[in-house]
Amino acid sequence: MPQTELTDKLVIGDKELKSRLFLGTGKFATNKLIPQVMEASGCQVVTVAVRRVDPDFAEEDVLTYLSPDCILMPNTSGARNAREAVRIARLARAAGLGNWVKIEVITDNKYLLPDNYETLKATEILAGEGFVVLPYMSPDLMVAKQLVEAGAAAVMPLGAPIGSNRGLRTKELIRIMIEEIDRPIIVDAGIGRPSEAAEAMEMGAAAVLVNTAIATAADPVRMAAAFGQAVQAGRQAYLAGLGPTRLYASASSPLTGFLREGE
Amino acid sequence: MSFYDEVYQPIRREIGEDFMHSVTAADVRRAIGKTWLNERDYLVLLSPRAEDFLEEMAWKAHRLTVQHFGRVIQLYTPLYLANYCVNKCAYCGFGAHNKIKRDRLTLAEVEDEARAIAGMGFKHILILTGESRHHSPVSYMRDCVQVLKKYFSSISIEVYPLTEEEYRELIFAGVDGLTIYQEVYDEAVYDRVHLAGPKKDYHFRLNAPERACRAGMRTVNVGALLGLHDWRSEAFATGLHAAYLQKKFPAVEVSLSPPRLRPEVGGFDPPVRVTDQNLVQYILAFRLFMPRAGITLSTREPARLRDHLVKLGVTRMSAASCTSVGGHSETGQKTEDQFAIADGRGVGEIMAMLYEQGYQPVFKDWQLLEAN
Repeated sequence: MPQTELTDKLVIGDKELKSRLFLGTGKFATNKLIPQVMEASGCQVVTVAVRRVDPDFAEEDVLTYLSPDCILMPNTSGARNAREAVRIARLARAAGLGNWVKIEVITDNKYLLPDNYETLKATEILAGEGFVVLPYMSPDLMVAKQLVEAGAAAVMPLGAPIGSNRGLRTKELIRIMIEEIDRPIIVDAGIGRPSEAAEAMEMGAAAVLVNTAIATAADPVRMAAAFGQAVQAGRQAYLAGLGPTRLYASASSPLTGFLREGE
Repeated sequence: MSFYDEVYQPIRREIGEDFMHSVTAADVRRAIGKTWLNERDYLVLLSPRAEDFLEEMAWKAHRLTVQHFGRVIQLYTPLYLANYCVNKCAYCGFGAHNKIKRDRLTLAEVEDEARAIAGMGFKHILILTGESRHHSPVSYMRDCVQVLKKYFSSISIEVYPLTEEEYRELIFAGVDGLTIYQEVYDEAVYDRVHLAGPKKDYHFRLNAPERACRAGMRTVNVGALLGLHDWRSEAFATGLHAAYLQKKFPAVEVSLSPPRLRPEVGGFDPPVRVTDQNLVQYILAFRLFMPRAGITLSTREPARLRDHLVKLGVTRMSAASCTSVGGHSETGQKTEDQFAIADGRGVGEIMAMLYEQGYQPVFKDWQLLEAN
């Protein structure tokens, strides 16, 4: 029997995670799909826009559909600066959504690129208040180091602009961050296919966060299953230690074998 | 500098009157194929030539909208606070020249209305007044907002153009959205249909969205009333205005409404007929031009058409609307309607329709962030 169950755990803040697929919850035709999507993919961490949480409309309130054992990561979508992000995070915690928060500060509605400077400020304040802070950011090694210093529990660089499904356009920058930063690196945004999720995991990303690619697929539940498998496969490959790729065969040392001849 | 000087005049000079009619099929195909369209591409898609490509445009518009917004439609409803008006606009039922009942809700009545509307599930409200600084001063709006904050998570205004300072004051009170239609971008027509009143000041109105953005407004929705002038040039101007605002104020959520003139008590006959096909072309062209901008659709349009437009780029719809003062609650309708609505379905019916099409109705997409 091949071993398919991953046994290595991802630890973020106070939680130990089995699944390395994080799910975004906007964009679904109905939130009734969310439990099915989670079931199919095995994902445990779900991000929810605090701006959308609507207890008065239970039918579509994301929280209605989350099982008690899933880990909630409220996000500060809609925040235009650190001040608003901090307020949204506090509202979420006060509303009983836990102490994890994904910082999302976007001051650019054309490309939805995050504002790293304001994100850093918000991270510092919220980490100081005991939140488990996961900042979404434009990949930048120096900023990532400052985020860790400010108390971020993980760093979430974008693979491509949100909702663009363009894959790992920032691969080299993320690779460097994975090498240099000793906190989990979670690729958030831009991943459009399971193969791209697998690619991020093979590189050593700790997890990937996916929304558009699953929510807007013709069959979201099946696509979620595909992502679940891809993330596992990518992780397995990373743990297996991908062999270094070589240009030439190395079996017989054709260029240096003579050194050992006639010994 | 302003939209008028920076964009509107220069671009129209540069492109010229005849461009629209020189568009070829190859131009349309090229524009549809681009990821980022420029102003010229947008005009190409608004041209008569592009009418042969509506299906192709529709597929792309649908794909882009689902990609950027998901299968989600945000719902809101308008609340008319007052209909006193000092303007004489040829096309409007509230115009000062119309002999109609005038009224303004007391704060207690505002609360009744709010309770009735909130009871339907709405969280986003759009408040409207006629233009009368005497009857509906900014202080009155501010008092209404204080009441409405208890019931709604997002409050937008559709009122006469204010100064930057006044916008700031209302934002401080809890307003986060602005809707303001230029009505008609063509200056000669603007002058002709706005017979008298402060609204005659074309530029003060045109610059209002910018003043609101500078004051810190979160969402700004612009529009031209379709039917007052050639719809293609008006659609072009409105799209340019939205793009200008988005570029200058990247943190603001910019959206556009394509309202067609509806029958009203004054019996104004719109000089230009804008067909369903024209409206569809406008929505599609704008979606391709600004893939991330909102598109707001009111109940001015009939149910069947609204149902079809859901998949073509619309992101926000009103429901259970009423265009008279006090029409939502026990208070009862206190005035005539500003215009006749065409889609009179209730919230439940609109929700059922959205689910039917595989879309999620969203009542809450923002909440007021009080200092805490």
